[in-house]
Amino acid sequence: MSVRTLALVAAALALLAPAMLGAQSAVSYTPVTEQRLLNPEPHNWLMYRGNYSGWGYSPLDQITPSNVRKLVPVWSYSTGVTEGHQAPPIVNDGVMFITTPQQQVMALRAKTGDLIWRYKKDLPEDLLQLHPTNRGVALWEDRVFVATVDAHLIALDAKTGKVIWDTTVDDYKNGYYFTLAPLVAKGKVMVGTSGGELGIRGYIAAFDARDGKQAWKTYTIPGPGEPGHDTWEGDAWKTGGVSVWLTAHYDPQLNLTFWGTGNAGPWPGDMHPGDNLYSSSVIALDADTGKIRGHHQYHWNDSWDWDEVSTPLLIDFPKNGRVVKGLVHPGRNGYLWRLERRADGIGFVDARPFVTQEVFTKIDPVTGRPTYDPERKPRNGAAVTFCPGLWGGKDWTPAGYNPKTNYLYIPANENLCSTLVGQAGAYEPGKLFLGIDRPKTTMSWRQGASHIGELQAWDMKTGQKVWTHKFPYQNWGPILTTGGGLVFLGGTNDRNFRAFDAKSGKVLWEFKTNSGVTGVPSSFAVDGVQYVAVQSGWGVDAQRMQARLDTFLGTKTEVPQGGVVWVFALRE
Amino acid sequence: MGVGLPLARVIDAQDVSARRARPQPNDRFVFVVGERKGRVISLEDLPPGGAPLTGYPMDVATGIVRDDSRLNQVLLVRLDPGVLDAQTRARAAEGIVAYSAVCTHTGCDAWDWQAASGTVKCPCHFSEFDLKAGARVLNGPAQRRLPSLPLKIADGAPVVAAGFVGRPGFESGGA
Repeated sequence: MSVRTLALVAAALALLAPAMLGAQSAVSYTPVTEQRLLNPEPHNWLMYRGNYSGWGYSPLDQITPSNVRKLVPVWSYSTGVTEGHQAPPIVNDGVMFITTPQQQVMALRAKTGDLIWRYKKDLPEDLLQLHPTNRGVALWEDRVFVATVDAHLIALDAKTGKVIWDTTVDDYKNGYYFTLAPLVAKGKVMVGTSGGELGIRGYIAAFDARDGKQAWKTYTIPGPGEPGHDTWEGDAWKTGGVSVWLTAHYDPQLNLTFWGTGNAGPWPGDMHPGDNLYSSSVIALDADTGKIRGHHQYHWNDSWDWDEVSTPLLIDFPKNGRVVKGLVHPGRNGYLWRLERRADGIGFVDARPFVTQEVFTKIDPVTGRPTYDPERKPRNGAAVTFCPGLWGGKDWTPAGYNPKTNYLYIPANENLCSTLVGQAGAYEPGKLFLGIDRPKTTMSWRQGASHIGELQAWDMKTGQKVWTHKFPYQNWGPILTTGGGLVFLGGTNDRNFRAFDAKSGKVLWEFKTNSGVTGVPSSFAVDGVQYVAVQSGWGVDAQRMQARLDTFLGTKTEVPQGGVVWVFALRE
Repeated sequence: MGVGLPLARVIDAQDVSARRARPQPNDRFVFVVGERKGRVISLEDLPPGGAPLTGYPMDVATGIVRDDSRLNQVLLVRLDPGVLDAQTRARAAEGIVAYSAVCTHTGCDAWDWQAASGTVKCPCHFSEFDLKAGARVLNGPAQRRLPSLPLKIADGAPVVAAGFVGRPGFESGGA
């Protein structure tokens, strides 16, 4: 080898060295194709609820009722922020993505908990955060999407966390913001806006995943000339709320996305007369065009702040000798709704209360339209008490469905009531627009009540409840259920994260985390080992309800704040 | 064309920065919302025992209202000087105390007045602040008091004596 050749080799090595170092620290990343989103591998958790049907179900079966007592934490990670940590750990072939309040996104090695990258959005200093939370990312190809609390939609490079595009969807100063994880389907990123307490006009919008350009936008309150506009009077539709708080579920056969919608605002119904479409409803939107193909309004002229924020689960169930392609929704209004999803609309199947409900006097057996006790409907200038209260029988925390047990799992709150005093006020952009005398708003519980929180299991074959686990205080825990026959749930103010036998409801395992667990749990596997992951970080409505409970119980409950990602596996 | 346009732009830019600037000494206050929006807040608007008002500071010389940032909203209320702690009394004028009207927890700006205790509660997450004692946190998730705004009286109205003691708003944790 000549000196010249040696020099060339040395030069080549010098060039290679940084590249090789780079290769060592680089992440191998599997692109998230449309096919993978349609059929997620059992070892991955590729979207908010694990699949497009919204089940919160992992087919993994290594952790079972007989070995779950050996579940131990294998790593944890502090997020460095307080408030409501509600996002699921979303996992793609060993890479985990989480979001936190104050708009961080982190990529971590799912097996070891090592940080790959961290994105922090520079939020405006004058931002108002009524719901300081974020409910997670969406994945597509080699990109990560996050919808922000200052009303942006952002695409990040999954390998580096670098911003690929940043679309300003709306003006946060007028009360628009995002809390949900986006839905990605057919190359579009879909979001819906929060802000129902601030006099917004809600909408759902889709953006091209490649460049962030808006593809369509559909208001949840129809404008003049659109069907349903006549269910509003005067200008109430302009500030009527109808937010979208959570990710839609998607039926690829029908090409329909199903969205749960928020309440009409301000709260008392006589401040916005009419049925108020499409408030407190499920609406079916064509994924390509955003056209509304069907709707079902759970209750008309909302007066109770009963957002039907949760998205119905796509579950097929038998009814009268045939299989119904269903939409199943445990509502904030305290009824379990079963509907039929069709290409041409949404049909009513049945509804029954899953908590004590003193407002509906009957449900029309054909249309599902409820009739109200007028004395329990809040209005201007009167004090009205109703049960369930403001947070309803179940708030945003997602229910789960296990196809092996064929049970639906509902995180419920029983026995709570609210008293509202309606007080009309003027709309001011970006300010609270509730229509109530706030200091006179109180919470109470029903006479003789002995508990609040519940975990319920309902058999989708029979439509009947099969078991209930009761908690002394409130339950704000989203559901994970697994092929191993377990249900995982946090949500209580004692900081516990628990595993239940999916069949019997028996508590099999619990672990005291750093804070209260209101995060959506997920399960995944790396190198053949099943993990269960969740964020612990109390805040937002769980904390608000705690403050209300402490007021009427005369207690002072300290639930420590601060977010931590926890990852559990069986002890070897 | 010529000098007129650039000059106009400079004046606009100054207006924008004046509208965004935090309260300055000698600023008066105007109502933020409601029928009296934009009207100067006088001593008569703040009777003893009355509920707090929200005002934006206004530069008296130019008439520019500093309303281009929510963080400029100021909570004003008249309390019995005898119930104020020494530091709060030193910053008050005729019993009128002034604080940032933006909650230090997550930035809400609506307040529920608790007359009996001289405190305000934020309806968003129920943080409670003691207006008699420098708006220290009594209850709830807020970690930090509401910044005080020292006052004086001029021409029958409360007027800013010095800028905010502390930074208004909350720490968003952004980059």
